[in-house]
Amino acid sequence: MQVDEKKRNEAYNRYVKAKIPKTKPWPSLFNSFLVGGIICCLGQGINDLILIWFPNMSEQTAWAYTLITLIFIAAFLTGIGIYDKIGKFAGGGSIVPITGFSNSITSPAIEFKHEGIIYGICVKMFTIAGPVIVCGVVSSIIVGIIYLFI
Amino acid sequence: MYYLWVFLIGGFICMLGEVLLIYTNITSARILVTFVLIGVLLQAFGIFDPISQIARAGINVPIIGFGASLAKGAIMAAQSKGLIGAFTGGLETTAGGIAAAILFAFIFALIFRSKTKS
Repeated sequence: MQVDEKKRNEAYNRYVKAKIPKTKPWPSLFNSFLVGGIICCLGQGINDLILIWFPNMSEQTAWAYTLITLIFIAAFLTGIGIYDKIGKFAGGGSIVPITGFSNSITSPAIEFKHEGIIYGICVKMFTIAGPVIVCGVVSSIIVGIIYLFI
Repeated sequence: MYYLWVFLIGGFICMLGEVLLIYTNITSARILVTFVLIGVLLQAFGIFDPISQIARAGINVPIIGFGASLAKGAIMAAQSKGLIGAFTGGLETTAGGIAAAILFAFIFALIFRSKTKS
């Protein structure tokens, strides 16, 4: 039995390896560089526009509005199904920017809408964003407490 | 001219995410968590602000900026208000982003249907 199981696992691993879609590293690295760079430039453009229109705004508030705008754009693009296409093309380039965070909240919310508003949208919204917020908050509190004693 | 730096540094950070994606096969949730923790660490060691001076959106738009502003809020509030600041500060500075993401996700989830099946 033990041997059988081992053999089966090996066969299964070979099967999985053959089936995993192979992405060629160089084109996908370039794509993610390109799309990531463009998203960051878009953010810089929004930030500059906000500071031109509201010169008295503090830098921190302007960044908050910039991120909210990007989050809105990404959530909308997720809703009409374009962000998934960008994601297929860009890979990491669409995950790492804050737009990817927004996408990771909106996407499951839409996906599980049919399970109802509370158990579908509200619960599934945090499947990916939950760990991000938890890890971020826990580590930032630890850092804050360390800075109390320095 | 600084748009070149924004593009290069922002693109480089996103490429790091893609490198993790290709060579370690980790999920996007782990990538986001990793980059948030990198942001918190950069801020904790005081490296984030010097980079941010040059990179601007190049490091503020990637999720690293989210981690950094969590840590920045916690550090500043801890130094001005004491222990309670370490708890309240982080979420205070990032509340706008989190609340916006929740609100827009909720609204668009009500409006749109899933596209994957059609």
